[in-house]
Amino acid sequence: MKQYYNVITAYSIMLFLIILVGVFQSWSIALSILNYCLISAVMTIGANLQWGYAGLINFGIMGYTALGGLAVVLISVAPVPEAWSAGGLGLIICLLIIVLMVLSIKLLSSKFKTLKNKTFIISSIIIIGIILIRFISAPAIENIESIDPAKTGFLGGLGLPVLLSWIVGGLFAAGVAFVVGKIALGLRADYLAIATLLIAEIIVSIIKHEDWLARGVKNVIGLKRPAPYEIDLQNTEWFINLVEKFNSTKLGLVNSISEKQKLLSQLVIDASSVYVKLCFTGLFLIVVVILLVLTQRALYSPWGRKMRAIRDNEISAGAMGKNVVKEHLLIFVLGSAIVGLAGAMMVTNDGLFTPGSYRPMRYTFVIWVMVIVGGTGNNFGAILGGFAVWFLWVQAAPISLFLISLFTSNLPETNELKIHLINSAPYFRFLIIGIGLLVIMRYRPQGILPEKIVKQ
Amino acid sequence: MDFLNAIILLLNFTILPALTYGSQLALGAIFVTLIYGVLRFANFATGDMMSFGTMFAVILTYYLQSLGINFGMLPTALLTIPFAVFMMIFYMLTVDKFVFGYYRLKKSPPVQLAMVSVGVMFVTQAIIRIIIGPSDRRFLDGEKFILKAREFKEITGLNEGLTIKSTQIITIFVTIIVVSTMFWFLNKTKTGTSMRAYSDNEDLALLSGIDPKKVVLITWIIAGILATIGGILYGLDKSYRPFVYFNNMLPIFAAAIVGGIGNPYGAFLGGYVIAFAEIFLTYAYKKFFMYILPESLEPTSLVQLLSTDYKFAISFSILVIVLLFRPSGIFEGKKI
Repeated sequence: MKQYYNVITAYSIMLFLIILVGVFQSWSIALSILNYCLISAVMTIGANLQWGYAGLINFGIMGYTALGGLAVVLISVAPVPEAWSAGGLGLIICLLIIVLMVLSIKLLSSKFKTLKNKTFIISSIIIIGIILIRFISAPAIENIESIDPAKTGFLGGLGLPVLLSWIVGGLFAAGVAFVVGKIALGLRADYLAIATLLIAEIIVSIIKHEDWLARGVKNVIGLKRPAPYEIDLQNTEWFINLVEKFNSTKLGLVNSISEKQKLLSQLVIDASSVYVKLCFTGLFLIVVVILLVLTQRALYSPWGRKMRAIRDNEISAGAMGKNVVKEHLLIFVLGSAIVGLAGAMMVTNDGLFTPGSYRPMRYTFVIWVMVIVGGTGNNFGAILGGFAVWFLWVQAAPISLFLISLFTSNLPETNELKIHLINSAPYFRFLIIGIGLLVIMRYRPQGILPEKIVKQ
Repeated sequence: MDFLNAIILLLNFTILPALTYGSQLALGAIFVTLIYGVLRFANFATGDMMSFGTMFAVILTYYLQSLGINFGMLPTALLTIPFAVFMMIFYMLTVDKFVFGYYRLKKSPPVQLAMVSVGVMFVTQAIIRIIIGPSDRRFLDGEKFILKAREFKEITGLNEGLTIKSTQIITIFVTIIVVSTMFWFLNKTKTGTSMRAYSDNEDLALLSGIDPKKVVLITWIIAGILATIGGILYGLDKSYRPFVYFNNMLPIFAAAIVGGIGNPYGAFLGGYVIAFAEIFLTYAYKKFFMYILPESLEPTSLVQLLSTDYKFAISFSILVIVLLFRPSGIFEGKKI
């Protein structure tokens, strides 16, 4: 039990902070911070799997997050039949051509190993394929994008329940990670970091500019949710009764009936947004707990020991007969799949898909800071990092505003420096996160909650 | 005549912009490669460091303009280079003393240093945004064009005009001076040779009495010069915006790796490889073919290989291809 004391303390402090936000700001804000903390926790579990368990640097988290978000659009949005009839056929043919290309190249490189002009043939297959695809797809894409461009202009999705898209998001990310892993995992650590960073940028730029797929930078709004809508709740009998019951003392203080009604409707509006967020919190908590249990079991299983052996000494693990390449690929795919799941969760929570907002700063580097600050190789640490860093990221602006006004309190209101500092308060979050990372790396490189080695 | 028109068209829309952009990338790529070669880590704060130096140039330019000082036909920003370089080097040395130096002494693995550079990236970005804000700033003054399209048409009587922006010529000219001085320094002077020795084999270099502190100092000084000048040239040519500079880190990394990381010659050429590939693959060749092909064969579409949206993606794809087939880069990497 004693070994869990610091874990429990750290988590209670975190919970206390969120409750403080609830008391001093509002419960709605506190819950939305908590929801994002949980999403960040899922991302850090994924990143920790790759970095903490296997020592792989994946700076491509942004790409997999975006793929998860794309999955939500492709699964849950209702299909656009006009677009399908206008250009669906052309795109399906293109897809077939791509599959054919990949298969034929695979066949060539596996069956005909001794072929003389192999590179020449493969490159000519690729070039002919690309030209064909461009010829077929260009008119199809144009047709699709011309159908009601203000509202649709894309193929739409499948119209399936949104929760399914979380799993599909994970699968999407896993599929891409498999290809990326095949290409890049042989590289040395810092090369791998750069390569994954750039590949993620490619993925995001494709999602951004292929409007037929998910409207690109025109964004998809009004996505389905697995929770009720506020408007519906505000008109439901049982919900109003529930709110009335909870606030009976508050309502009892008001005498006139019309004012009572007014107060009640205000309370119902507040409560509905809290209720919806609570639903999301519940869903996210389930995901986090399931993932935590699974990863924790994996960590202390023979497989986890093998991963640590590979991480700590690749060469000797290889000499012991462990298949380093295969295990690296496996853990790269698994970690990316979890990140994809988190991306899908995030888009579901927001209710909108905005490809333009995927930037490496927010979706790659901040997640990495979370893992390193929290504790590499320790799932509880990584999740704590997700909570703490996200909390700081959101609350940095108010905190820094408070500090600025504290330090400049004896300057007059018209002082230019003061005005400038107050205007630039939002940017202090980078400073706080950066300094936090540097301090942790220097004085506690294993993170707040370090990795525990269980001796058997 | 049509053939000449076609050449001018290409020169105007592809070759000249690619040379300019390539020079800017090349300066950044040499910066990355120097840090990688001598200090042995991938510096993720590259873009923001370039931005940091440029910020001082922008501020001083505004100040000089308010005083009424200018550089005649040339942009005032060129006058501010020494000051900006000085501030940049000062900042880099401070960061090195408080952050990177500790890990270097401890002989931490490069991965850890790369992570630390992510922290430096955050801090640098914050400082820049707090000082100058995230908005777009133009600080180019003086003569904007050396040759305008209309004048060119009048002189030569061709259909196509050639526009030469002064920033293009300044960029290419300054890059040639800076890079050739740097190569001369690395190859001909004693300090440069000791830097190369340190990069090749640290232990042997230390044995032969090379002072590691001096090598690190000189490296940061050269890096500061390259980063600031590269940043200022980019800002003059396009405009200064912190976020864009952060993003520029990506093609710069691509250029450094394509050329063979650790090899300054490779980085220099890598910058041009990336720039030419980006611009040649996204240019719409319709007009070009209209000039050189007979009328019956004229293309109807734009003849554009990839849409300009994929400009960045091209450089990264090149990188992936290079990493796949020649992981050490086009020119053998990890030498200086």
